[in-house]
Amino acid sequence: MSAVTTAKTDASQEASAATEIAEGSSTRYTPIQSRSERFTSADVTDFGPALSYDLEWKLTPIARIADLLDAALTGAPAGVTLPTQDGVSAVWVDRDDARIGSAGLPEERASANAWSHFEKALAIDVSSEIATEFVVTRTGLGLTPRAAHTVITAKPFSRGLVILENSGDANLSENVEIVVGDQAHLTVVTVQEWSPESNHLASHFARVGRDATLRHIVVSLGGGVVRVNPSIHLVETGAATEAYGLYFANSGQHLEQRVYIDHVAAQTRSRVKYKGALEGASARSVWVGDVRIGPDAVGTDSYEENRNLVLSEGPRADSIPNLEIETGDIMGAGHASSTGRFDDEQLFYLQSRGISEAEARRLVVRGFLTEIVHQIGSDGTEARLQAAIEAELTDSATNKQEK
Amino acid sequence: MSQLLIRDLHVSVETEQGTKQILRGVDLAIGAGETHAIMGPNGSGKSTLAYAIAGHPKYKVDSGSILLDGVEVLSMTVDERARAGLFLAMQYPVEIPGVSVTNFLRTAKTAIDGEAPAIRGWIKDVRTSMANLKMDPAFAERNVNEGFSGGEKKRNEILQLELLKPRFAVLDETDSGLDVDALKIVSEGVNRAKENTDLGVLLITHYNRILKYIQPDFVHVFVAGRIVEQGGPELAVRLENEGYDRFLTADASVG
Repeated sequence: MSAVTTAKTDASQEASAATEIAEGSSTRYTPIQSRSERFTSADVTDFGPALSYDLEWKLTPIARIADLLDAALTGAPAGVTLPTQDGVSAVWVDRDDARIGSAGLPEERASANAWSHFEKALAIDVSSEIATEFVVTRTGLGLTPRAAHTVITAKPFSRGLVILENSGDANLSENVEIVVGDQAHLTVVTVQEWSPESNHLASHFARVGRDATLRHIVVSLGGGVVRVNPSIHLVETGAATEAYGLYFANSGQHLEQRVYIDHVAAQTRSRVKYKGALEGASARSVWVGDVRIGPDAVGTDSYEENRNLVLSEGPRADSIPNLEIETGDIMGAGHASSTGRFDDEQLFYLQSRGISEAEARRLVVRGFLTEIVHQIGSDGTEARLQAAIEAELTDSATNKQEK
Repeated sequence: MSQLLIRDLHVSVETEQGTKQILRGVDLAIGAGETHAIMGPNGSGKSTLAYAIAGHPKYKVDSGSILLDGVEVLSMTVDERARAGLFLAMQYPVEIPGVSVTNFLRTAKTAIDGEAPAIRGWIKDVRTSMANLKMDPAFAERNVNEGFSGGEKKRNEILQLELLKPRFAVLDETDSGLDVDALKIVSEGVNRAKENTDLGVLLITHYNRILKYIQPDFVHVFVAGRIVEQGGPELAVRLENEGYDRFLTADASVG
């Protein structure tokens, strides 16, 4: 028997199990035993309604995103600005384009709803072998419930940095597919700086090829409910990924990320590091980190980590690492999670050097979060995000004084 | 002349077993340029005195006062005390992940002086002080105390002492865990600060060893939360030879 350390259910099975229990059925319910066995479909009608006790949704405020789960979404492209860049092509393609569906399929209802309703997909192909930066900005989508679909393909041997910058109003469910060709080196960054009224659900599916590397970075600062779930499949020998995340949740914000790293092939490597700060009575974050090491993934080297810094009374941070190992012949597999308040000894040390409490807090939080910013590899974006974090910290200092 | 005056200081801490009194009436006067050594056995409350002066929130001052040039220190916050001219070199400096030494030093200097230091002179000062303390310049870009060895942490404390130029410094067992080379380097740093700024020093130690390099003007024996004997440098030598046994009674240790 394989060494499965976590048990998972998929939405439809759990829903039917609940029904059985309600009806007093004596049928014994067995949850699926591996994340890899979850039900997938691109058709929203294949999924039952999202329920507050589904494993997939129980930490998410589903009432706030009812439209994105259930409404017929508007699927026309909107609000996207594309630069022109040598070595990168970006075009809108129809639903029957061969690239669509090449990296994965929805595992839950909101993702399937987006897939069922998008009209055109944005296809970004990176072919340059010289490192190239490509910034897609998306703003002014309005609050109409929308669907979107993006496929990013890094050709074999290519090198690129694709940044998806999101701001303004949005009520959006989307899928982002990422295909990294053999020996390619691709970084995908998605930055959420939406308005407080906005909701954004995103599923990212990635397939990483032979000796290729995907660096994947999620930065969520603005928005009401923001849920970005990357599933990264290391499907060929030597594939590697580094998945980073940074979030700053204030009152009224729910920032969620469910990361799935699937080690399919041998000699694959993954590193996951998500760091978040929370401030304000109803600030909320969720991090779920699933790592599966499949039966053929010998020599896997894997580590995942989530750190939360709670800056005031009242926030809630859920942090759930899961590790599922189906072969014993691996280099390493580990996880770490911590959620803590400010370290009083750090504050004392800084204050004992004359630094005021407010400035000391800013220093420590800035230090805590900028580690992730520095992973991006774009001076312009890093500087902009540094400034955005600075603004969050200034707001938080102002709020403190007002109390 | 500057003076740090401690009068009848009583300090307690909250423990799981209830309130525990640690300092039981400390009287001490330190003038500018003077070096006072506080020596005592483990658990006598030496470090508590250091933290109480700096204002650590864990230590509760029950009575007494600490006056810096006649101004009550006890009513100041931790950072106000530092800006008033007090400095504590800690026995176990904490790590501050994500904050570089350079950034930290500049932020502290700006806070202490009330204005940012002139950039060119400041960089030179930092380089010179680091070179004097035989610190690798690469330390400037590392995070504060993160991954530093025990000796490196102590040098980093003395680096701050030299750059922030306080009027009075409390050195809490700065000598602990240092090999003889590091001890000399650190001591030279303290002596430089004394020469350059007329610094008053309260040097807390368990051993006579550091007093060979930092010459004390006064030695105080600290037992069970108070000073039980005072003298000149010769007292340190006597303590080294005889130990603290003659001061210790069955109930003297406060743990």
